[in-house]
Amino acid sequence: MKKNTEPIDLEKVVIKFAGDSGDGMQFSGNQFTNTSALLGNDLSTFPDYPAEIRAPQGTIAGVSGFQIHIGSIHINTPGDIADVLVAMNPAALKSNRKSIKKGGIIIVNIDSFTKKDLEKAGYDNSPLSDNSLDEFQVIEAPISKLTRESLKDSKLSSKSISQSKNMFALGIVYWMFNRPMTPTENFINKKFSEKSEIAKGNIKVLHTGYNFANTIEAFSSSYTVKSAKLEKGRYRNVMGNQAIAWGFIAASEKSGKELFLGSYPITPASDILHELAKYKNLGVKTFQAEDEIAGICSAIGASFAGNLGITTTSGPGFSLKGEALGLAIMTELPLVVVDVQRGGPSTGLPTKTEQSDLMQALYGRNGESPAVVIACSTPSNCFDWSFMASKITLEYNTPVILLSDGYLGNGSEPWKIKTIKDMPDITPLIAKEGENYQPYLRDKKTLARKLAIPGTKGLEHRLGGLEKEDISGNVSYDSENHEKMCNIRSEKIKKISEIIPIQEVYGKTNADLLVIGWGGTYGSLYSSVDNLINEGKSIALTQFNYIHPLPKNTLELLNRYKKIVVCELNSGQFANYLRMNFQGIIFEQYNKLQGLPFTTLELESHFKTLLD
Amino acid sequence: MENLTKKDFTSDQEIRWCPGCGDYAILNSMQKALPNLGRKKEEFVFISGIGCSSRFPYYMNTYGFHSIHGRAPAFATGIKLANPNLSVWQITGDGDALAIGGNHFIHALRRNIDINILLFNNEIYGLTKGQFSPTSQKGIKTKSNPHGTTDTPFSPSDLAIGSQSSFFARVVDTNPRLMQSIFVEAEQHRGTSLIEILQNCVIFNDKTFDAITGKDFKKDAQLILEDGKPMIFGSEMNKGITLNGLKLEVVTIGENGVKEEDVLVHDAKEEDPTLHSMLARMQPPEFPAALGIIRSVKRKTFDSGVLSQIEHEKENSKFKTIDEIINSGDTWEV
Ligand code: SF4
Repeated sequence: MKKNTEPIDLEKVVIKFAGDSGDGMQFSGNQFTNTSALLGNDLSTFPDYPAEIRAPQGTIAGVSGFQIHIGSIHINTPGDIADVLVAMNPAALKSNRKSIKKGGIIIVNIDSFTKKDLEKAGYDNSPLSDNSLDEFQVIEAPISKLTRESLKDSKLSSKSISQSKNMFALGIVYWMFNRPMTPTENFINKKFSEKSEIAKGNIKVLHTGYNFANTIEAFSSSYTVKSAKLEKGRYRNVMGNQAIAWGFIAASEKSGKELFLGSYPITPASDILHELAKYKNLGVKTFQAEDEIAGICSAIGASFAGNLGITTTSGPGFSLKGEALGLAIMTELPLVVVDVQRGGPSTGLPTKTEQSDLMQALYGRNGESPAVVIACSTPSNCFDWSFMASKITLEYNTPVILLSDGYLGNGSEPWKIKTIKDMPDITPLIAKEGENYQPYLRDKKTLARKLAIPGTKGLEHRLGGLEKEDISGNVSYDSENHEKMCNIRSEKIKKISEIIPIQEVYGKTNADLLVIGWGGTYGSLYSSVDNLINEGKSIALTQFNYIHPLPKNTLELLNRYKKIVVCELNSGQFANYLRMNFQGIIFEQYNKLQGLPFTTLELESHFKTLLD
Repeated sequence: MENLTKKDFTSDQEIRWCPGCGDYAILNSMQKALPNLGRKKEEFVFISGIGCSSRFPYYMNTYGFHSIHGRAPAFATGIKLANPNLSVWQITGDGDALAIGGNHFIHALRRNIDINILLFNNEIYGLTKGQFSPTSQKGIKTKSNPHGTTDTPFSPSDLAIGSQSSFFARVVDTNPRLMQSIFVEAEQHRGTSLIEILQNCVIFNDKTFDAITGKDFKKDAQLILEDGKPMIFGSEMNKGITLNGLKLEVVTIGENGVKEEDVLVHDAKEEDPTLHSMLARMQPPEFPAALGIIRSVKRKTFDSGVLSQIEHEKENSKFKTIDEIINSGDTWEV
């Protein structure tokens, strides 16, 4: 029962690479992802890192994991539990023990199951010898030893040798799933083009791992996962944070506005800054400011001077930006604030996901200060939403808050590539030289005011945070004017619902249960509702991307359903927002606050009880 | 180039500073200085934070932005990076720049972004009605500290020099001529030009700078520095500054064998800031206060660094559009 048997074809499989943070699991996971994507699988990935950079080696706190779900069918989530776990040490096994499927395969690096390693992970006895893993198929691979062995003649340092053991693990998994090694070989050769010794070593270990799996009789079979039937077109794999960055550049090209990012590093949003910082060749300006406040203020300054100013952050940083966001609302300047949400309050759970900044996005500022709020819902549609956020902010001259989360930002999936031609036009609202410019004169239809860009002759004017007189924009403390301006600012946002598409429903228009979600929970909600529909259940899903304003058919849509449950990764912020807007409708809630996404299993079982 | 005058820079807004406030003289000097810069009116942008001084942009008929407390350097940085052709002026006070905005202030100086900062130092909070500020003299009694402050004040010059400032000047609000000439020089300096203006708040801290600006003795209390010129001052122009060991000293030319050649010659372009710092720290009655351009050194600006990187990448990268980026790397056809 080994290499010559016919591989078993699987519809989908979930694999998790887990090890100490220094074990290179993110690299193995990313390589497996790329190779599977090139083979045409649909997929979804999710990395989970430790919050501390240098958590003690070998401890549970130091475990870094990368989960990937691949399939020949449509894949919407990184998967609830793993079919295959690679555990590079006891801590990695222990922390993932509960999320492996019964009968699943566990590949352990047996060399790191010494007494000391076991103690560090908090095991009294080795789980490999006490029958506690009987319900799994455990493969004990001497990964460290064979890695050292295969590189014993190389000139690499013992540290470099030890660091290549992730390639051994990757080799095993490549063999198990009949994946070609060339994409990874090419990648390594390119990455270490100047350090050929390292490149050679890594590739050798990759092959050693592959051959090890091929030779030993431990695997009852290997597997294949055929390519998925995706819509025709050109694809690539994309991560949420990357897609957000690209959407902004696309909007900048489309609108003819230079892109300016003012930002301060913060987990899990920094990757947007890193990504945009690469593209000076496209004229992108990134400014790593001295703090979060300077990040947003510099972006507002850049917008005032004619750029598309944006700022990126996560929860705590978003709190710091509140005052400046209010100024952008008062001065009615373009600005996109991206909040890649994480667990809160305070520093909270920096590396974990949550949807708990919704109320902050809607109301977290002094005064009546309405902003547009939009949420991304898949790693790849982050591209569309950062593009749309830019379009709205430039055409309405009002700030837009774009909510993503750690799960979307770090997650990845195949993306049918869009070109700039596919994207809608963006027409910034700008006054021209020679116009009789009144800073707060508005477009009758949209209520948007025009910008006059410094450098334009004859349009000199002053903006500021003090209340503006209608039309002239002069400072005004007049009470009636203030009320009027508050109403205009709010009305202007409401009018945006005129241009946003109507809210769609997946499932029947009169199903017994309507599931409501918003933002990053889309994958798990869709999968569970889809499963239940296939089981014949009367259930439907609607996922919101436009939060403020809501699509204009929202009330009519809600009225069609007798039972509604709002599912979100907070204690009910969107449910309360809906209650406030649609009094009389009963919204049940399903909430989770564990820093983790919903699993399809827990959703399905909850929906079933609601349907009974 | 059209001929601009003071009037072109005067807005139609009613000025709301207290009568007798030093801010009027500063505004006037600015409106007179700008036409001398050979720039177009639409290229000037005035940015402020919050405070009495921060109303300044409303009174200038240029592009202007009255932003939020302490953050003006960040707005100015964004504006300058977005359009480096603009002449960007930040108007701030001792509370705005050195208390709530201290962080942005030092980072602007450190980066040497090409903007001009006017620091109206009146050593008090005016707009919020009279609390002590980070430059208030120790022990001063105010509403927020009726028993006298126990805070040690900042020295703006030391803070600036410690932040790698490339241009530091000091003026008094009673000398419009000096203000005008320094505004012009500040604009011509590439990098962050910081001008500390000792500004009298008639309402909450009147006469604080009298020891420097008092009509009867100001000639003895002010040393107006000029690059390349000996540091001579006094009503009879016979006093000078010399270096005695590691300390500055006031000497009288003609007394005790002191000759004019013994007096220090001002070198604003000296990279080493030690002497600039010592000069800026001088205070009456022992010393005259140093006014004029104390430090002006050449240093690459932040904005030119950013822009030259962009130019270089644009020329040398094979990718010119986002479409090309998206289609590069691992892609596949279905
Ligand atoms: S309070 Fe002082 S600083 Fe403010 S306007 Fe009046 S005099 Fe000038």
